[in-house]
Amino acid sequence: MVEFTLNGAHVRIDGEPPTRTLLDWLRETRGLTGTKEGCNEGDCGACTVMVTDDLGARALNACILFLPQLSGKTVRTVEGLAAPDGTLHPVQQAMIDHHGAQCGFCTPGFVMSMATAHANGAQDYDTQLAGNLCRCTGYAPIHRAAEAAAQAPVPQHIASELASAASAAPTNLSSRGAAANSAEGGQPAARNPAATCGTTDAAVFQPNTSDALAAWYLDNPGATLIAGATDVGLWVTKQFRDLGPVAFLNACADLRGIDITDDTVTIGAMTTLTELLPAMQKLHPSFADMIRRYGSVQVRNAATVGGNVANGSPIGDSPPALIALGATLHLRKGDSRRALLLEDFFLEYGKQDRSPGEFVEAISIPRQTDRLRCYKISKRFDQDISALCGCLNITVESGTVTAARIAFGGMAGIPKRASAVETALIGQPWTDASVTAALPAFAQDFSPLSDMRASAQYRLASARNLLRRYLAEDLGVNVSALEVTP
Amino acid sequence: MNVGTRRPAMARGVGTGMPHDAARLHVTGQARYVDDIPLPQGALHLAFGLSDIAAGRLTSIDLTAVRTAPGVVGAWGAADLGINPDCSPSNHDEPLLSDGTIHYLGQPLFLVAADSHLAARQAVRCAAITTKADTPILTIDDAIAADTRFEDGPRMYGRGDPDAAIDAAAHQVSGRLEMGGQEHFYLEGQAAAAIPQEGGDMLVHSSTQHPTEIQHKVAHALGVPMHAVRVETRRMGGGFGGKESQGNALAIACALVAAQTGRPVKMRYDRDDDMMITGKRHDFRIDYRAGIDDAGRITGIDFTQYARCGWAMDLSLPVADRAMLHADNAYWLPAVRITSHRLRTNTQSATAYRGFGGPQGMLGIERVMDHIAHQLGRDPLEIRRANYYPEAGERNVPASPAAGTTTPYGQEVSDFVLHDLTTQLEQSADYESRRANIANWNAKNTVLKRGLSLTPVKFGISFTLTHLNQAGALVHVYQDGSIAMNHGGTEMGQGLFQKVAQVAASRFGVDVTAVKITATDTAKVPNTSATAASSGSDLNGMAVAAACDTIRSRMAAHLARVRQADPADVCFAGGAVHVGQDVLSFEDAAAECYMARISLSATGFYSTPEITWDRIKGHGRPFYYFAYGAACTEVILDTLTGENRILRTDILHDAGASLNPALDIGQIEGGYVQGAGWLTMEELVWDDKGRLRTHAPSTYKIPAMGDRPRIFNVSLYDAENREDTIYRSKAVGEPPFMLGISALMALSDAVAACGDGSIYPALDAPATPERLLAAIARMQDAAT
Repeated sequence: MVEFTLNGAHVRIDGEPPTRTLLDWLRETRGLTGTKEGCNEGDCGACTVMVTDDLGARALNACILFLPQLSGKTVRTVEGLAAPDGTLHPVQQAMIDHHGAQCGFCTPGFVMSMATAHANGAQDYDTQLAGNLCRCTGYAPIHRAAEAAAQAPVPQHIASELASAASAAPTNLSSRGAAANSAEGGQPAARNPAATCGTTDAAVFQPNTSDALAAWYLDNPGATLIAGATDVGLWVTKQFRDLGPVAFLNACADLRGIDITDDTVTIGAMTTLTELLPAMQKLHPSFADMIRRYGSVQVRNAATVGGNVANGSPIGDSPPALIALGATLHLRKGDSRRALLLEDFFLEYGKQDRSPGEFVEAISIPRQTDRLRCYKISKRFDQDISALCGCLNITVESGTVTAARIAFGGMAGIPKRASAVETALIGQPWTDASVTAALPAFAQDFSPLSDMRASAQYRLASARNLLRRYLAEDLGVNVSALEVTP
Repeated sequence: MNVGTRRPAMARGVGTGMPHDAARLHVTGQARYVDDIPLPQGALHLAFGLSDIAAGRLTSIDLTAVRTAPGVVGAWGAADLGINPDCSPSNHDEPLLSDGTIHYLGQPLFLVAADSHLAARQAVRCAAITTKADTPILTIDDAIAADTRFEDGPRMYGRGDPDAAIDAAAHQVSGRLEMGGQEHFYLEGQAAAAIPQEGGDMLVHSSTQHPTEIQHKVAHALGVPMHAVRVETRRMGGGFGGKESQGNALAIACALVAAQTGRPVKMRYDRDDDMMITGKRHDFRIDYRAGIDDAGRITGIDFTQYARCGWAMDLSLPVADRAMLHADNAYWLPAVRITSHRLRTNTQSATAYRGFGGPQGMLGIERVMDHIAHQLGRDPLEIRRANYYPEAGERNVPASPAAGTTTPYGQEVSDFVLHDLTTQLEQSADYESRRANIANWNAKNTVLKRGLSLTPVKFGISFTLTHLNQAGALVHVYQDGSIAMNHGGTEMGQGLFQKVAQVAASRFGVDVTAVKITATDTAKVPNTSATAASSGSDLNGMAVAAACDTIRSRMAAHLARVRQADPADVCFAGGAVHVGQDVLSFEDAAAECYMARISLSATGFYSTPEITWDRIKGHGRPFYYFAYGAACTEVILDTLTGENRILRTDILHDAGASLNPALDIGQIEGGYVQGAGWLTMEELVWDDKGRLRTHAPSTYKIPAMGDRPRIFNVSLYDAENREDTIYRSKAVGEPPFMLGISALMALSDAVAACGDGSIYPALDAPATPERLLAAIARMQDAAT
């Protein structure tokens, strides 16, 4: 059973399979066909809806959002965006006035992303709308519409929904660990009967704490853990995989949040990329810049740091950055915990150092002077999976390289350190000559594949060039195409 | 007599930049697409099972497990269907399901009907299929080697002796250009629904640019006359040519199963299926050799175009024809040969896509212009101008005196405006000083390089299959003065309905809100052509105007007769009808005519005049007129990775006397970005087994919000069409797409800045970061 608020009305859903997507349910069961299916994999944004809870309003892709993930939340679709009296939302009116819709199929998704940005006061539209594809307009009129609506007040029905969600039962993210230490978190089973969701044979579990999850996962080691579902969603919508028993982790507040002490940054596994971004903006701004290009707003609002590590993708963008920062991975199985360097977690393609029943609890990064640069290379700048992603963290003292952690995604079956390159650099003067001398070591570290994203030759050539870029940037050479104005 | 109280303050008709007629429905989610139409109870949902090999034989097909899968109502291979209808728009070579021969990876082999879309897709996986694979013919080289082609040999257009001219010229350039295809990526995937009617009739909803084709193919599949099938298309969520023929299979499958089960049936492709099954833009290879005089003018040129057409003929012949017809773009080619090979391969059957071959042909000559400029060390814009056709008529712009006015296919270019248009754009875009600034900037920057380019477009307007240049309309004026308008054109986002409604409003002198736009319906207007070739408003606007004028004449005759006025003096304007001294509201006029038993309903018809064309000889006047435009693009290129951004784009485009400037500018902005996407980030990749590896937006990247130019100035060139088109407007659907060529040429310019001028970048398309980095490496290697 799942309960949430839809366009201002309470809904209670019984008898749906746990992997029923919000999109299919809206369109097929509720007849709310304003929300569109463009790709069914979270890449086009035509299905964008606004989901509000005590953390605020977020745009999410309904096509890879399972109904149990909405428990207790407030959902607004395009049908509920105009005021009850029919007055259009400012972004809707601006889209009309500025000719932002041509065929109109992407438009509901756009207006929902725009309305969410509007509610949050966000005006970086290249970022806010990067997850919405339009094939007709060339985007210029949509951008103009978003700008035109920016100064209009948030309509009453949206504002009051935000306000009431904010005052609802807190998820309490401000300090991870707090919930885990509270009495409430210590008694998981009492408040967490395994939620059943309909007639499926498979067990469905929705824990409120990591303790409850740990106990259940020990008993169900073959289960699928679902965090943001930005990857698992596709196992369902595209691959028809049988997930077996499933646990939805979205209510595990103690797995969420970022703790910053004098010597360590600890990131809970359920922290979303959206939540990670501002923390990294202060500590490692280049990492933040890369996170801004990780998926789209809709994807980052759902995707978690733990999921991005645990799924073992060779091209997941956060692992190379975290490895370059010397991150430690914290795993838990039942009541036992262990920690290992993140790079040691990835054994080979599709294989990680994780035993059945063990799950990612957190990732920690040592505090350090920021020397990290993250370079994501892809065919399209925004919302594209990397052809390769290079993260370089090179310490230079008195003109000599004293330490180097260099990690790449997309260059091997796993996110991998460039150990030979690091060795070639350490102890050398920080000069063009040393970098040039280190370049051949890339071929020792990596034998990349050719695929639809890039050839092996390109991957190797541009990986080498990213080391050159790092040096050039360090020496103050203009290397940022983004900063060039016409 | 008093003027009616309901008279609008202002009668908005043609020339007004009004929003799209469905804008409010779009932004509120009320606009209905095929998949949104509620179906009667018991509807079935279809999915195709697809081939896993690119070429070979289907040796066995066992659907037992499919039929027993949850929710499944039926499953059919070709042998189970009884008939295996043809889906081709041209050649009867596309069986709905494989007849045993497998032509490409992704070809439909069997059909499943289930009680939900998901159940049908899931059940497809249960089939037991065995095949015997042959070696597929995948690439242009494969097809040349195997000599697999459509038509018995290459087509050839031309004049004079290009070989002699090239050999005798002061300078020669030659080279090869490869350009990729393009996925349409209409946001709404292919979709159709069929609802059985009484007496074996069938109602079909289809997301199609060509309802008459759907009607024709469904009727053929069902073995019924066309009158037994009604096809309705309210709107598409994007078409771009991808819904000209590619919707046939879905509509036919739905109608067959609907006829067989008596239940409503719907089919929509999941995005991955859509990209695996349907055709895309043709990729091309163009080899060129040109002779040039010292002034940079082409004296002779030889093009060989290779089009990869895929497995079936579809629309490949006219696409390849149009590529030949745009091999000159804006340039006088004194001696010319254009050879076109239409190659058959074991890949998706390439199909119509915005520009219909024109972009490919045009890119060939634009590459040549760029190459000549590089070789002669001159500014590419100077070379382009030197080769332009002469300016038409009274415009006081010096043309190059030697230039002729005849295209390689014998049509006179009598409306050329690009000298003036280019000069205006050159000034507004500040081309000359930016060119100098960029050179300075590039000299100081080692890692980043900027590039600039200004390229023109001349695009021929009319279907090259001459008989398609016809349109019909049906207009009703109701007794309350409201107007219902219907025509054969379809709405795919381009704003056709709004523009044509503005035409109707102007004919009756009423505000456009008085005109109701109704879904395209084969029962209302028969025998229509596809909404394609940019022809929508030209053809349907004229047909609607004709219908309106018929009604208006009847009204005028009656109103004048009862007032003893001259019908010629009756004037429809400002929401009123002026009859001599008398003024009455349009509503009152309609009511009066109704009471007098005057027919207020009429059909209208239009056929484009003056066009005549022999496609085998390659001679005649295929086009009624040309549309023109030019774009100036500046890019920034990272020479370490090949990453790049468009910094600024300025466009001046000729839409004639625009019917709706706001909608036309929307077509131009959108066309440019789509064209730039084709030539930069959009890359289709097939592996060596013939499997398309880029079959979803996760792997196939169309431009996103951040890819639009940072500065984007778009203006309309202010001039009437010299031909007598609807209100002297010009077609605007396809021509702006080719403005995107300036983005590729600007990248080529930035690459050239990495070298010492000793070699030409010869940049292929799409210019992905990878291709750019390879081109940069070639430049750097040559320079060291």
